[in-house]
Amino acid sequence: MAKNKITVNKANKIKASFGSILFDTFNHIFLGLVAIICLYPLLYVLWASLSDPLSLMKHTGILWAPLQPPTLWGYRLTMQNKNILVGYQNTLFLVVVGTTLNVFFTAMAGYVLSRKTYLWRNLIMALITFTMFFGGGMIPTFLLVKGIGLYDSRWALIIPGIVSTYNLIITRTAMAALPDSLEESAKLDGAGDFTIFLRIALPLTKANIAVITLYYAVGHWNAWFNALLYLKSSSKWPLQMILRQILIINDTSNMSDVNASANQDADMMFMARELVQYAVIIVSTLPILAVYPFIQKYFVKGVMIGSIKG
Amino acid sequence: MSTKTPTVNKRYPKYGWHNIKRDFQLNYALTLMILPVFAFYIIFHYGPMYGLQIAFRDYNPVDGVTGSPWVGLRHFISFFNNFYFGRLIRNTLLISVETLVFGFPAPIIFAILLNEIRTSWYKRTLQTLSYLPYFISTVVMCGIIVNFTRSDGVINDIVAAFGGQRKTMLQYPQYFRPVYVISGIWQSLGWNSIIYLAAISGIDMQLYEAAKIDGAGRFAQVFHVTIPSIAPTIIILFILRMGSMFSVGSDKVLLLYNSATYETADVISTYVYRRGILDGDFSFSAAVGLFNSLINFFLIIVTNKISSMVSETSLW
Repeated sequence: MAKNKITVNKANKIKASFGSILFDTFNHIFLGLVAIICLYPLLYVLWASLSDPLSLMKHTGILWAPLQPPTLWGYRLTMQNKNILVGYQNTLFLVVVGTTLNVFFTAMAGYVLSRKTYLWRNLIMALITFTMFFGGGMIPTFLLVKGIGLYDSRWALIIPGIVSTYNLIITRTAMAALPDSLEESAKLDGAGDFTIFLRIALPLTKANIAVITLYYAVGHWNAWFNALLYLKSSSKWPLQMILRQILIINDTSNMSDVNASANQDADMMFMARELVQYAVIIVSTLPILAVYPFIQKYFVKGVMIGSIKG
Repeated sequence: MSTKTPTVNKRYPKYGWHNIKRDFQLNYALTLMILPVFAFYIIFHYGPMYGLQIAFRDYNPVDGVTGSPWVGLRHFISFFNNFYFGRLIRNTLLISVETLVFGFPAPIIFAILLNEIRTSWYKRTLQTLSYLPYFISTVVMCGIIVNFTRSDGVINDIVAAFGGQRKTMLQYPQYFRPVYVISGIWQSLGWNSIIYLAAISGIDMQLYEAAKIDGAGRFAQVFHVTIPSIAPTIIILFILRMGSMFSVGSDKVLLLYNSATYETADVISTYVYRRGILDGDFSFSAAVGLFNSLINFFLIIVTNKISSMVSETSLW
């Protein structure tokens, strides 16, 4: 594969041994295979979603390309499906509104808890840290959310998770690293704490803000369990709940368009369902995959921040 | 007036009236800013802890959390005598142990092998591709698993090509854990390797040079320089991982299991969900959840103690 690319460090004049070259070759091939295994399931889904449904039904074994003749039928059915569109809208609401509130409150709390002269800092920090190790659990939380009237409300997916303790701690660490002199000079110029937070602390910890924004946004995009717990009406379900219905429970019964276009023909219905399953995976994963190469380094940075003791 | 003046006047008790008043004069804005988040933690984290008392009561919606009659440890005792108690403990532990045994070394090996690749574009590509599965949602991943393991799915196509029997794997208890563990490795391999790659990149190059001069080959360098250098990272992550031995999340299990595979798949958290949310048996399931939380809490304390004994690193 990339055999001729192996560079032997010529500076130290030690010739690469046969064993070393052999190892490099195998290592390149082996890790290449690992990477292909990481990617292939998604490629399979992509190709299957574009394949001719009849050939796909007869096909066995792995796919190397979409089966001829390629079709966009699955995507057309997906796009016509009202549930998926509604799910998309609900998820967008959660991602935009939820993430904005998450980041604002996390950053603000992180700022306050990073102020060394604040009397309650350690007490509040201890209170917050404790929740990382012990909590009430699923049932009391469920009863609480129900009790305060958030049941079957979109806010049940936002408010009970408005601040994640992990993100709060990395934000606090980032803001504590800002030099004290900045705060002092701003205070001398008459700035209050909120102004310092908004105009100095936030802009100077941009990298950290980017990291927690991504964590929250991906969290909202992928979340489904809280929706299962708290949302009764399917018109409020986020995309992942709709996907669960289609992919796991294998229920396309309320997808009237699939059934209608299939003309009650069992085979056609089966094929349509199959294609839709592949197509929704692609449609729901595409936004993340599209931005993924650009944001990857922020996530990696997030892991690094988190690994330093905060 | 210097802004550096410490709020706390040491002449008075730290949380005494004098200092509270003084802090509020200087830092009332900070107090206002933290208030919503403070309220959030009290309501949504400490509220449920207060609500845990229903584990010792016989909850009914009419009397509410604080009004239902006390029953002491009845729910705990009925859980310990429960027909499913042993199965739940066994499944939770086995899923954890298998994930640990197979899933823990994988990213370490991957990071070490990746570090041996000197072609930088190839290395970068491998990294990018290996992180990718981490960003696929649990629902989508489980959807792919369900699809692939169906009797006409691609995995069964491969099994059949080697002369095996086609089976809808997720209907058979013996396949649940392998499917769960392998897909877990697939999803987190690259992501979990980041921290080891960082540790490796922090190794002093002089160590490698010294080893080379002493005649160490590639393998000797890996075994005598790379691995010993990242050993502290490995040990700490291992110890901390032990702390979550008893917590298997319900997310993925709920999506993959069904009544045919409860035998090997049902874990404490999914049992709590079924008994509590689906059957409405709130007190009993809260007791089961509390039992699980207490074990987790205890394990975290113990492993953190060990971690701070072994090294300087601990969570607090």
